[in-house]
Amino acid sequence: MNALAIRKLGHLDRLEAESIHIMREVVAECERPVMLYSIGKDSAVMLHLAMKAFYPSKPPFPLLHVDTTWKFREMIEFRDRRAKELGVDLLVYSNPHGIEMGISPFVHGSKLHTEIMKTEALKQALDKWRFDAAFGGARRDEEKSRAKERVLSFRTAQHRWDPKNQRPEFWRLYNARKGPGESLRVFPLSNWTEADVWDYIARENIPVVPLYFAKERPVVRREGTLIMVDDERMKLLPGEAIEQKMVRFRTLGCYPLTGAIESEAASLDAIIDEMRHSRSSERQGRLIDHDGSTSMEQKKQEGYF
Amino acid sequence: MHGASANTPREAPPHRPVADKPLLRFITCGSVDDGKSTLIGRMLYDAGLAQDDLLEALERDSKKHGTQGDDLDFALLVDGLAAEREQGITIDVAYRYFATEKRKFIVADTPGHEQYTRNMATGASTAELAVLLVDARKGILPQTQRHSVIVSMLGVRHVVVAVNKMDLVDYSEDVFRKIEKDFAEFAKHLRFLSTYVVPLVAKDGDNLVKSGAKMEWHKGPPLLAYLENVAVEDASIVAPFRYPVQWVNRPSHDFRGFSGFVCGGNVRPGDVVRILPLGRDTQVARVVTYDGDLDSAVSGQSVTLTLTEEIDISRGDLLCSPVSPAKVGDRLKAKLLWLVREPLALEKSYLLKIGTKTTPAIVKAVTARIEIETGLAAPLREEGETLAFNAIGEADLALDSVVVCDPYVENRETGGFILIDRITNETVAVGMVESAQSPERGATALLEASYSSMEGLPTLPPSMLSRRRALAKAASWRVVGSALTFLIVYGFTRDAGLSLSIAAVEAVVKLGAYFAHERIWARSEQGASDGENTPSLHDAGL
Repeated sequence: MNALAIRKLGHLDRLEAESIHIMREVVAECERPVMLYSIGKDSAVMLHLAMKAFYPSKPPFPLLHVDTTWKFREMIEFRDRRAKELGVDLLVYSNPHGIEMGISPFVHGSKLHTEIMKTEALKQALDKWRFDAAFGGARRDEEKSRAKERVLSFRTAQHRWDPKNQRPEFWRLYNARKGPGESLRVFPLSNWTEADVWDYIARENIPVVPLYFAKERPVVRREGTLIMVDDERMKLLPGEAIEQKMVRFRTLGCYPLTGAIESEAASLDAIIDEMRHSRSSERQGRLIDHDGSTSMEQKKQEGYF
Repeated sequence: MHGASANTPREAPPHRPVADKPLLRFITCGSVDDGKSTLIGRMLYDAGLAQDDLLEALERDSKKHGTQGDDLDFALLVDGLAAEREQGITIDVAYRYFATEKRKFIVADTPGHEQYTRNMATGASTAELAVLLVDARKGILPQTQRHSVIVSMLGVRHVVVAVNKMDLVDYSEDVFRKIEKDFAEFAKHLRFLSTYVVPLVAKDGDNLVKSGAKMEWHKGPPLLAYLENVAVEDASIVAPFRYPVQWVNRPSHDFRGFSGFVCGGNVRPGDVVRILPLGRDTQVARVVTYDGDLDSAVSGQSVTLTLTEEIDISRGDLLCSPVSPAKVGDRLKAKLLWLVREPLALEKSYLLKIGTKTTPAIVKAVTARIEIETGLAAPLREEGETLAFNAIGEADLALDSVVVCDPYVENRETGGFILIDRITNETVAVGMVESAQSPERGATALLEASYSSMEGLPTLPPSMLSRRRALAKAASWRVVGSALTFLIVYGFTRDAGLSLSIAAVEAVVKLGAYFAHERIWARSEQGASDGENTPSLHDAGL
């Protein structure tokens, strides 16, 4: 074989191959896998990798979106369009009790909203369809307790995570065995960084929600954060006014809980450039992470993704 | 464009150039309090890679949990679990990602506490280089030796010994030289290809990113500069082709592909590959990806291969180079690191996972234990000794079915395996293959020779196939033999009845005798080839 013709793999090639390998292992070893699709950039990359992993077959699992009913409208449009374009199955689930109770992040606060509409809803959905493995787009560079999590993260029948007793993972050998009712959370993007995700989106021309690009949008400054007024459910407090500002989002979640950043970056190149010079971390705009230094670990133990 | 079940290929070549840098995966390890987390935290800080809001949180946390008085406690940048922050120790591997102008790094920051050795081994299994931290006041400790032995055993070939806390020994060159010498003496059996010893003060950043002013006697580069430039070869690129089949890709009747991860060598359309354990050779037709067919795939890529013939292949099979094929066997000699508190039970059925194959297995015997202080094999202390939590030993395993593998020194991915408890589903041991043996080795060797020149044999397991062939050969020879016997006896006696009786009796007796004779010869051939096919790691240390 001609040694000269062997191409050198860059770090994006390596990350891609690793993620694809993880997805195939889980599909081969689990009975009912599902891919959690949160519509953001990480989900976009994960979905793209799934299309690659099983080609020419379609990904042999559905997508699941846990809809808190408070997502940006543009996210929902994007979700439905992408699922149709790619011809993949999309399941959408919202916690019916939460809807009945009228849970709102404005009224009930971010903590309760996240607990009921995200954590609880996710558990209900996984139980409802009896999924035994759920792919998630979380990355280890996002947050300190995620940095400690395995690629295959084991959950008890109550969906709890025990960070002190994780299964060791060697080489590419994943132990996907579990007892009845137990399940796995699988993180194929574990070793990707925010920069890798954007570089890969650029390299592969992966469509992402337009909210990532700067545009004039109606925002309100509340407790130091720019909140976009996405629908009539957002009521102005005394002294607040809607301003039109050039903003974009670095991460996407529920609109009342996701802070916009002032930015002129309206293209992929501009976003990548802005990120490289940024002095703050990605999840800074996520209000739910700031309920205490270990709040992510706590949420994860309770079953949050 | 959308087929009912098929995935639509991409229409335009999408690739657009982005900065792709070489990647270095390394692990940091050392004893409790050697300052590993501090080292990583400080390196991120000095290299300007820690972000402002994280630094603000660091200031807050340093006041609350810090162990450095009024100074920033850089360990808190990386110790992420609540229990870790409270106890001030690292429990689990934390992965860190950073990039400089020259290189991209994935760091596995691993726990020092002996109780968490398995987490440390997890980090070592994917690392190319290990940074071993040593406290200048304490020198090489048993725990340093233990970590060195484990990283060496898991195939890490490059080490940096970071002698930390030099400020507490007055930046003494003598102290440093002594540690350097001690390590060289201890590590001479461990087969490291490169070793760099560097003195530093992690909390002040001396010799991390910038040279330490108080250690001018040290001529080498600071740690980060060394890591940016150190050359680590990817041995799997030049290894023989290895491709464990992960998933059979069958979207429709007219496509049958085998999805997998190339973990050795490379492959192109037209290459002849051997299917193991089947033992049959065939040709690669296409290398299929979402971005179009490739004209080659190299170690480190996930692809889907199609073959020129319809052959029944499933997950757990392996495609490999017919020139240097992998080994097939249901008996393994291997090194084991025991990972759980409940000790290894001999004769208990565990699940063994190697590559994409899982099979029940029992450990027949532990044949030696590995001295943690030296990394060398030592005799057992008592008969029937097994392995306790964190112990390393050599063992004989018997598997329910054959597996395809390589000695671990030749290929990390096809030579590494795990043992899983069938009740608790815990990963109880990690193992490294030294050699594989098949009970039908002689017959298999015979078969492999005949395969390289023929095609279209029935697809049977090698052992069964060889028995069948031996029988057919014996029977055909018997027909010729019996006809001759009949003619000879008839020639002497002119008695057709007697001739027929003698020929019939002889046929039955000799058929059995021939078969037995063939098997005995086959077995002695196995003995003759054993010496060259079962490399031993004993003399090489690890």
